[in-house]
Amino acid sequence: MNLKKLLFSVVVAASLIVTGCAKKSEADSTVIKIGQFASLTGNIASFGQSSNNGTVMAIEEINAAGGVLGKQIELITEDDRSTAGEPANVVTKLIHRDQVVAVLGQVASSMSLEAAPICQTEGIPMITPASTNPEVTEKGDFIFRICFIDPFQGQVMAKFSKQNLGASKAAILTDVKQDYSVGLSNFFKQTFVELGGEIVAEQSFSSGDKDFKAQLTTIRAAEPDVIFVPAYYNEAALIALQARQLGIEQPLTGGDGWDSPLLFEIAGDAVEGCYFSNHYSQQDQSPAVQEFINKYQEKHDSVPDAMAALGYDSAYVLVDAIKRAGTTDPEALRDAIAATAGFKGVTGTITLDENRNASKPAVVLKIEGGKAVFNTTVEP
Amino acid sequence: MDSFLQQLYNGLSLGAIYALIALGYTMVYGILRFINFAHGEIFMVGAYVAYFLAGWFLPDGAASSWLMFLLILMLSMAICALLGIGIEWTVYRPLRNRPRLTVLITAIGVSLFLQYGGQTFIGADPKAFPKILGDPVQVNMGPVTTNNLELLVLVITLILMFALRFFVMKTKLGKAMRAVSHNIQASSLMGINNDQVIAVTFAVGSALAAAGGVLYAMNYPTIDPLMGLLPGLKAFVAAVLGGIGNIPGAALGGLILGVVETFAAGSVVSDYKDAIAFGLLVLLLLFRPGGLLGKATVEKV
Repeated sequence: MNLKKLLFSVVVAASLIVTGCAKKSEADSTVIKIGQFASLTGNIASFGQSSNNGTVMAIEEINAAGGVLGKQIELITEDDRSTAGEPANVVTKLIHRDQVVAVLGQVASSMSLEAAPICQTEGIPMITPASTNPEVTEKGDFIFRICFIDPFQGQVMAKFSKQNLGASKAAILTDVKQDYSVGLSNFFKQTFVELGGEIVAEQSFSSGDKDFKAQLTTIRAAEPDVIFVPAYYNEAALIALQARQLGIEQPLTGGDGWDSPLLFEIAGDAVEGCYFSNHYSQQDQSPAVQEFINKYQEKHDSVPDAMAALGYDSAYVLVDAIKRAGTTDPEALRDAIAATAGFKGVTGTITLDENRNASKPAVVLKIEGGKAVFNTTVEP
Repeated sequence: MDSFLQQLYNGLSLGAIYALIALGYTMVYGILRFINFAHGEIFMVGAYVAYFLAGWFLPDGAASSWLMFLLILMLSMAICALLGIGIEWTVYRPLRNRPRLTVLITAIGVSLFLQYGGQTFIGADPKAFPKILGDPVQVNMGPVTTNNLELLVLVITLILMFALRFFVMKTKLGKAMRAVSHNIQASSLMGINNDQVIAVTFAVGSALAAAGGVLYAMNYPTIDPLMGLLPGLKAFVAAVLGGIGNIPGAALGGLILGVVETFAAGSVVSDYKDAIAFGLLVLLLLFRPGGLLGKATVEKV
C-alpha cells in the first residue's frame, strides 16, 4: 500500500467513526423513531405500497396534530424488495442502526415470520398490519397484529362456500411457497369437511409460476362446485384467466391476498362473479371509513384497498399505545399495546386477545363489473 | 382420457415456448461454444419493448389487429437484435480470446445487470401486459380446449425453427457461421469476417429471445424484470436435454420438458414438478451425456 492509499483509508475510516458517533448522539433527540418494513418493490409490491401509503398518511396526521408525548414521529421505512431474507436484514438495521422504538410491518406472512423472532429477541414491539398466518404472533409477547388470522379467514370462506354458495364439492389450489396460502388452505379444508362438504381436488404451485393449466385441467376433471385459490393477486389473476380459457365456469374464491387493483387489470372479465374475504369494504358507509377514503383519494388518486386501511390503523394503534404508556420504554409499550381494547379503526373495532391477535369481523366481497362489491359480513 | 389429451396439449404448448427460447440458446452455443446466460434477460427486454410499443401504438387499448401484432413483434425482435449486438460488442468481444470461464462469468454478470437495471429503471412490480390481439378466442379441437394465442405460439415456433435451420444450413452467412463453429482461426484464414459472423449470431439469437418474450407475455399477461429467470433456466435445460448446439434438439427438448412438467404438475405430486423435470435431465444425461440428438464429444486433455 503506498502512502496515498494509506492516507485515503485513514480519512475514510475517520469519517466513518465521526458519522457513527453522530448517529449515536441522536438517540435522545426530540423525535420518536418508528421503523417500518414493507415490500415497496417486487412481486407483492402492490401490498407494500398500499400499506406504506396508509401508514405514512396516519403518521402525517398524527404529526400535524402535534405528535405524541410532545414529540414528532419520524417514520423510517425500509424496502425488503419482496425477497426472502431481506426482512431480517432491514429489521436488524432498523433496530440497531436507527434505534427505533417499535416496528410496523409486514403484509405477507412469510416476511413477518422472518422479522418477528428478531424483534422478539431484541425486545422491540412489532405490530403487523395484515399478516394473517397464526404463527406470526406465536413468536413471542412483543409481536402483535391488528387483523384477523387465517383459521378465521379459512373458516369464513368455507362457511360462505358451503352455506351462501351452496357448494358441496370444492377444489383447492395452494401456493406452497407462501405460509399464508398453505395456512388458509388447511383451515378451509378442515371447516369445509366438518360442514359436510367434500374436497375433490387438491393441487399446488409455487409463487412466480405462470402456467397453471396442468393443475386446472386436473381440477376441471374433478368437477368441483367452487375452487378455493388462496393465492396473492398476481398468481390469482393468471389462474382465473387460464381457468376461463380451459372452460371452467365455477366461481373462484380467495382471501385478502386478492385485494389489489392489479387483479382486475390483469384478469379483467375472468374474475367476474368470484368472491374473496377481506378486512374492510370501501362501500362501508360509516363516517370513519368514508373520511379515510376521501383523505386517501385526495393524496393518492386511487381508492384505498384493505392493506392501506390496515397500514393506517396499525400506526394509530401503536401511537395510541405510546400515549397510554406515556413512555417509549419497550416493555411498558408492549404492555400498553397488549391492553388495546375497543379501538375504533377504519377496519373495524380492534381488541387484542390474550394471543395478541385482533378479533374482528370479516367481509366477503363479490367481483362485479370490475369492482369488489360488498356481499356479506361474517362475525368471529 | 379427455384429461390426458388436454394435459398432453397443455404440455406441448408450454414446451413450445421453452423450445422457442431454447433455439436462441442452442444457436449461440452451437456457433461459439459459449452459453449466453443473459439470454433469459433479453427475453425479458423483448417483452418490455413490446409492452412499451403497445402502450405507444395502442393508447387506451385502441383496436388491436394482426398487423399491429406483427409490427410490434418485428420491432421488438429488431431492437433486441441491436441490444444483442451491443452486448457482444461491449462485453464479450474484449474477452474473445480469454478462457471460456471468464466469458461465462461475464455473461452471468450481464444477466444480473439487466435484471437489476430493469428493477431500478422500470420498477420491480409486475405490470399487466396489454392485449395486442384482443381477448383470447377459445378454440375446441375435440376434447382439447385451447385458444388462438397458444396456437400462435406453436405456429411461430415451427416457422422460426425452420427459418433458422434454413438460415444456418442453406445461406452463405449460415455456412460462414458453421465454419466459425468448426474452427475460428481457420475460418478467418479463409477470408471470413469472424467479428461480423459473431455479431450476426448474437443478433439472430437475441431476436429469437425477443420473439419468445413477446409470445410468452401475451400468453401469461404479467411481466416483471425477473420474468426471464425461470423460463431462461428451463430453456437452457431444454437445450441441453435435446443436445446443445442442435436446432431440432432444442425443439424436441423443449417439448419433452413441457410435457413432463405438465404431467407432474397435474398429478398428486404437483409440489415436485420442477424437481421431477430436472431429475429427468440428470437421468437422461447419465445415459446420453450429449443429450438426445447431440453428439458426445471426447475432449482431449
